Amino acid sequence: MEIDLSQFHEVFFEESFEGLDVMEQELLNLEEDTDLENVNTIFRAAHSIKGGSATFNFSQVAEFTHVMETLLDEMRDGKRAITREIIDLLLKSVDCLRGMLNKLQDGEEVSNDYVELVDYFNQLLSSDSSGSKQQDSGESNAADLGSSEPKSAISGWSISFAPENYILQTGNEPIRMFKELAGLGGLKVEADLSKVPSFSELDPELCFISWQLELDTSEDEQPVKEVFEWVEDDCKLSIKAIGSDPSSDVLEQDEKLSESVVEEVKEEVNTSDTTKTDTSTEKKLVPIRTEQSKQTSVKKAAATASIRVGIDKVDTLIDLVGELVITQSMLGELGENFDMSKVEQLISGLRELEANTRELQESVMRIRMLPIGFVFNRLPRMVRDLSAQLGKKIDLKIVGEETELDKTVMEQIGDPLTHLVRNALDHGVESVEDRIAAGKPEIGVLTLNAFHQGGNIIIEIKDDGKGIDPEIIYAKAVEKGMIEDGIDIPHEQIIGMIMEPGFSTAAVVSDVSGRGVGMDVVKRNINNLGGSVDIASVLGEGTTFTIRLPLTLAILDGQLVRSADQIYVIPLASIVESIPLSGIQVTRIAGDMPVYKNEGEYIPIVDLRREFDIQLEKQSTNEGLIAIVEGENRKIAIKIDELLGQQQVVIKSLESHYKSIQGVSGATILGDGRVSLILDIVGLSKRSSERMSRDREQVA
Amino acid sequence: MTKILAVDDSASMRQMVAFTLKSAGFDVTDASDGDEALQIAKGQSFDVVITDVNMPNMDGITLCRELRALPSFKFTPILMLTTESSADKKQAGRSAGATGWIVKPFNPDQLLATVNKVIG
Repeated sequence: MEIDLSQFHEVFFEESFEGLDVMEQELLNLEEDTDLENVNTIFRAAHSIKGGSATFNFSQVAEFTHVMETLLDEMRDGKRAITREIIDLLLKSVDCLRGMLNKLQDGEEVSNDYVELVDYFNQLLSSDSSGSKQQDSGESNAADLGSSEPKSAISGWSISFAPENYILQTGNEPIRMFKELAGLGGLKVEADLSKVPSFSELDPELCFISWQLELDTSEDEQPVKEVFEWVEDDCKLSIKAIGSDPSSDVLEQDEKLSESVVEEVKEEVNTSDTTKTDTSTEKKLVPIRTEQSKQTSVKKAAATASIRVGIDKVDTLIDLVGELVITQSMLGELGENFDMSKVEQLISGLRELEANTRELQESVMRIRMLPIGFVFNRLPRMVRDLSAQLGKKIDLKIVGEETELDKTVMEQIGDPLTHLVRNALDHGVESVEDRIAAGKPEIGVLTLNAFHQGGNIIIEIKDDGKGIDPEIIYAKAVEKGMIEDGIDIPHEQIIGMIMEPGFSTAAVVSDVSGRGVGMDVVKRNINNLGGSVDIASVLGEGTTFTIRLPLTLAILDGQLVRSADQIYVIPLASIVESIPLSGIQVTRIAGDMPVYKNEGEYIPIVDLRREFDIQLEKQSTNEGLIAIVEGENRKIAIKIDELLGQQQVVIKSLESHYKSIQGVSGATILGDGRVSLILDIVGLSKRSSERMSRDREQVA
Repeated sequence: MTKILAVDDSASMRQMVAFTLKSAGFDVTDASDGDEALQIAKGQSFDVVITDVNMPNMDGITLCRELRALPSFKFTPILMLTTESSADKKQAGRSAGATGWIVKPFNPDQLLATVNKVIG
């Protein structure tokens, strides 16, 4: 049967990466607590990767995990001490494997870097004689030993088979074995019933029969022996070649077959056992090699994203769909012969439908939700390595790792989160000497905390380090020309400036934080996800970064607004306030640009009719209102005709259905079936200012 | 139809085994560890059980022993998937009541050949 193994590759990669994460985590735990169960878990993970990689023809991974497994096996059996060096080596191996798997997943060749580690493992394994057993390899020298008698015109095999009486209880059924033998050639079977007890003493679950078989075949001994492979320890077996001489009648000798002969033959079978397993592994190696060369030519497997969903979530969905079907049929029946007396029923039915739909939507969303632990899990390793590198002592505490958030959000929060943790280790927590001098415990504490709040997930990164000194930040901001000296700014606002573009507090760009990504990028990335970052810091006591993110990117809390005959959605989170146009002073600056002056701040007014070219009846300038919105710290006032309701909208990509438009982040379908555009505040602000400058050029 | 219970903690191996057997027309139920398999086995009978050895919660050897203690699994063929070609692992499986073994790595054809050996 042709089965394409590559269809299982993606699952294999996924579970291998998970396995590596587990290994990494348990290795870190092992540093504190050398619990045997931890070693077991690590062993199982390595073992699974080895089994899978061998099956799916990733021979280099299989080779690597094999030596790892051997070492882990020794650790598991207590034959090898668990040392820091070994943990380091295994952690390094985890990194290396991750790299190899990443390459394989992308359909690339694996570099030979891993060989060095494999050599190291082998050295380690052979240097220590205590318990290093090399049973899996080095058997090939036995290949020529004990090979069965020279094949000279074999016409068949005479087999005497006397199973132990419990044979059936191992699931081995003699009749099936005989059928298999019959597949090799003509088979004559004779049963010896002499040991069968009388009916009253008969135990039907035991086997008292032995057999004498004669197989007419030109096959050699190997396939015949394989039939009995699983029962060779549970029976008396003798296999003898029948020469080409047709006169040798084995059937007559059988009853006199002496015990000693059987024993002798059995011994022979046992000694040739090693040969047999050896040739069989050799046999297996051949197809693997050829398939592997095929493998390299296989085109690059498209990486398909997939998620694993808990059965309970799927069950909930099925339940909900069931309810939906019931409601639908109820409504359908109601419609068959409807009259006004049934309006009450109709209304309640529709209400139910609404409830069903909402629950269904929530449950579908939940499918995409994964615990944030997936992101948190990669941090302990980083903290361990970094604190060693920085010479600091840091205890990482993780709270709320089971808090769930959307997979897409999670994928994108990893890097910003890593950066913030790195930053806290580098700039937040002090060195041991400084901590002692400040009267603090020498081990710094970094706490990661995740929890839900409303429709958001909050992630706190809190250190008990030296805190941020607003005066230093202030001086630096002045030096960079970001603010004017002498202006009075509240402390929180000053601290917030470390996340502005062009600001870097590290006096020396260290190896740790200076990776080309600044705090401003972190902030921008989080903003792009529709989230925000706040900083709270107390000098000498520590700093807390609070990331606030929407739980999902697929649904948005929106404010519906009308401009002319169009309805737009403004993300609710971006709205600062809305004011009737009649109550404000609109000034025009720089040519014809209308602005609204508010407490010393000029906010440009963007008219949606003008931006999106909607020509309708003239509108008096005093009508309508402005919604002041903020994106990336820039405010604009959107001129609209009317504020409508607030509702959650499902975001549809405009790009995939139409094309990308500046100022619009997507679209949604309203209750009445109309399409409504969702405004992108930052894009709209850019679009408006670009149009302004174009207009000015035209005038000039 | 021949009913097979396939037990492996690795999703890719489990899928490969299940897919291969299903393609050959078998009725396959899968489980991700010995514990789960045992719970399933308590509710129905199978014609063949194929199980991995190293698994969390309950390993394959223990599963085998537990299954043999159930009346409906007294004679059922139980095949072990094992990477260990070492004799003591096989011995441990045998004394727990395993019928035979399939040595990893194996390909779909080898799997089917072995399964066909134990169904009659």
